[in-house]
Amino acid sequence: MADYDSGSLPDLLPLYYRRLFPFGLYGRWLRYGDVTKNYFQRREFSFTLRDDIYVRYQSFNTPQELEKEIQKMCPYKIDIGAVYSHKPIQHNTVHMSAFQAQEKELVFDIDMTDYDDVRRCCSSADICSKCWTLMTIAIRIIDRSLVEDFGIKHRLWVYSGRRGVHCWVCDDSVRKWSSTLRSAAVEYLTVVKGGGETIKKVVLLENIHPFIRKSIDVIKEYFEEYALVGQDILGSKESYEKVLALKNHDSLQRWNILKKQKFSKTPVRSLFQFSNLTLQTKQRTEWEIMLQYCFPRLDINVSKGINHLLKSPFSVHPKTGRISVPIDLKKVDEFDPFTVPTISQLCHELDTIKSDEVDGKENGGETEGSRRIRDYRKTSLAPYVKVFEQFVEELESSQRGERLNVSDMQMDF
Amino acid sequence: LRFSARKRHLICMLRLKKQRRFTYPKCPSGIRSLQFYLTPPIENISLIEFESFAVDRLKLLKVVENLGVSMIKGTALYNQKLEAELKTLQFPYHALLENDYDRRRKDHISHFILRLAYCQTEELRRWFIQQELDLFRYRFTQLSEELTKRFLAYVNLAYDSVSTWVSMRGHERSLHKDGKNIKTSGPLLITSISTFHIQVPFSDSVDLVRVKRVYFYGGYAYVPQQDFLVILLNNYRTRLSKALAITARSLPIIQTDERLQPLLSHLSHAYVGPDYSIEKNIGKISLEQIDALSVKSFPPCMRQLHKALRENHHLRHGGRMQYGLFLKGIGKLDADKFDKGYAYNIRHSYGKEGKRTDYTPFSCMKIIMSNPPGQGDYHGCPFRHSDPELLKQKLQSYKIPPTGISQILDLVKGMHYQVACQKYFELTHDVSDIGFSLNHPNQYFVESQQLLGGVKEMKKEQRQPENSQPKYSNQKSVTTNSTLSSSNAPEEMELEGLEDYFAED
Repeated sequence: MADYDSGSLPDLLPLYYRRLFPFGLYGRWLRYGDVTKNYFQRREFSFTLRDDIYVRYQSFNTPQELEKEIQKMCPYKIDIGAVYSHKPIQHNTVHMSAFQAQEKELVFDIDMTDYDDVRRCCSSADICSKCWTLMTIAIRIIDRSLVEDFGIKHRLWVYSGRRGVHCWVCDDSVRKWSSTLRSAAVEYLTVVKGGGETIKKVVLLENIHPFIRKSIDVIKEYFEEYALVGQDILGSKESYEKVLALKNHDSLQRWNILKKQKFSKTPVRSLFQFSNLTLQTKQRTEWEIMLQYCFPRLDINVSKGINHLLKSPFSVHPKTGRISVPIDLKKVDEFDPFTVPTISQLCHELDTIKSDEVDGKENGGETEGSRRIRDYRKTSLAPYVKVFEQFVEELESSQRGERLNVSDMQMDF
Repeated sequence: LRFSARKRHLICMLRLKKQRRFTYPKCPSGIRSLQFYLTPPIENISLIEFESFAVDRLKLLKVVENLGVSMIKGTALYNQKLEAELKTLQFPYHALLENDYDRRRKDHISHFILRLAYCQTEELRRWFIQQELDLFRYRFTQLSEELTKRFLAYVNLAYDSVSTWVSMRGHERSLHKDGKNIKTSGPLLITSISTFHIQVPFSDSVDLVRVKRVYFYGGYAYVPQQDFLVILLNNYRTRLSKALAITARSLPIIQTDERLQPLLSHLSHAYVGPDYSIEKNIGKISLEQIDALSVKSFPPCMRQLHKALRENHHLRHGGRMQYGLFLKGIGKLDADKFDKGYAYNIRHSYGKEGKRTDYTPFSCMKIIMSNPPGQGDYHGCPFRHSDPELLKQKLQSYKIPPTGISQILDLVKGMHYQVACQKYFELTHDVSDIGFSLNHPNQYFVESQQLLGGVKEMKKEQRQPENSQPKYSNQKSVTTNSTLSSSNAPEEMELEGLEDYFAED
């Protein structure tokens, strides 16, 4: 197994973009069935080149053109931006106010660093399999709400390559949302509020909204194993006090509880047996603690702006070398960020295949495209491309339905 | 445009866009006594009618404003008074009446005339929209269920409604549509006892979904009937404010008509009583008195600013604007001097453009609605922007009796900030009913001074007639206006003194 070394990136990228990056599916995704005129042509791409050189407002007439450019430039990182009123590459030729971001997928960015106040295993950019549970919970809560509450069909969840996940919501109507709608959606999906100054970040009201209720149900599945055993949030005096601080107690009461409890590993519920709170308040406080520790924390700024750039799926994370791979929602519990292939691992695999197959080269008439398909199928990237393929196919089938509808309507006239 | 010498008919092109045919008598629904005013009227009306319609509507909106400030909207008394007013002013008051063609015509035309007069500045637009919304709210709540449905269909907001069904267990609810169970929701939000909810798409119910006030499923918010008004009003507000912006753009064409121009600017001047940007109260108030005055006759917002200025020798931009313009309005000094004297202590880095845009003292509405104070700011409305606990302490320190404080705090809780301020006025001036509705800090000052007998005689000749008298009644007030503007000659001596005051202090 080849370890990733960021210095080797310039050598590996050409190979990756030539033989592994799933350009075919990628183009099918971003063309959205060519329903809207010049949709792909007006899309912004942006590349990060060597030494953090940032090239914005790139756009291409066809996916093939995009592919050629990427293979030529070998960007360290690819970002996808909005669909603009004009071709972004020509943004200087039109008046500034006329050049406007019109559509984009609704995107969510969940980053592990936002959970630092409730993580005990690692901090900032580090992750481990323990705290990854937070991402699993986040995906399940947000995805459930997107499907059930918002009535959304097409979501692509992607591992960011390092310490978080992204979600691309691709439904036709959602791509047209204004930034007001986008930020309203994020606010709806937000429960944990307040920055470093706020100790208690979740306050539940008398009537608990069904969205929160259902989210609590999800958290309950993980809470004991993740928070009480894994994170051991009641395991030390310091972290124990942090949990207690979330209760509506004064210091004296807290002190008394501490004296009696002696920092043992107890389920949260027993924290309340010494208090004189009503059952309902106890229940609520328990939920508030669970939410504060586990509820997904979204970055509103990423979702709000239509023109906000977000790292593209299948782009390489320059620091870790891991590929931004789609996550299979059916197996979200099994997803392990540490088994996601790195670019060096993939290239190594490719070399092995090549040496195996070097003599079995019979049909030389293979096209470049079909060879690439064969290539990634043989590497550990294959299952992830499969997930992506399913996503694109579902998207296309509903686009076909849409087109059928449109032509049906035209028949009426 | 053509007009014959005597008859003075006028083609009233209120909007210059292509217009749909709109005829009143054929309108079958009777619902048009309530409308979003989407289509402008196209007919010739005489100038006299033009003016009288406009004045009547202005009177009506004025009443709406006064009632809104002094009473709780939607209560029986409020509705009763508003209905009486609609009757006397010959506006359609009852949505059910089918044959009140004249009234509906008047309602329609007068709305569009006032649009012309009130599209010019942000302030005017805000006032106009607020009053029209309140009027609309009243009228909408008077509709029968059948008419409500027809109205919603007419404005394209006809959403499906679903009935909710409460199960035996009480907390389980399900949503039914056409007798079919579309979703068992588990515990639904029981914020209402309404038995049917309206199914509103996300894009139209953003504000309710954002704060999780409604049940949200499959991209639709299920809005209890009584909350639906919020959505409707939001929709109306958006449309009206867009329409006003468009009207403002076509205004230059209308203003070329020399018969309309004075009329329109006149109408817009009449909205909050006297124009406080003109200094008229040039009493002999010496500098030493300002401290005492701030206690006696300043509204709490200005008293607070004055105190902050005295203590910190410094006010931040928001406070400087609010207080400086107030002082200018009561005739103490003009904003330029204020800022110059002020800059003696701290160099302000912002340019002059901020001041150039608005020399009008802020009204209560503006102080309450815009630019909320941040850390280190002292501007804003104390009733709106301070924590109830702090407000209580402040009122205690102002020596307001406990019963009065609790009355004020109740009003604040009900978001009646101006009424709260009015209450404060009554308590500090020892009167039981002030007999006007408070909507401007300068008005507060003037009324206070008048009550305290400070500048009584002068008041009589200088001040414009207060709200009780419609000052839009034709030429008379035009002359008042012109006398006012010519009388604003501040005494140099005094200003110099003030400059020192602000510089040294």
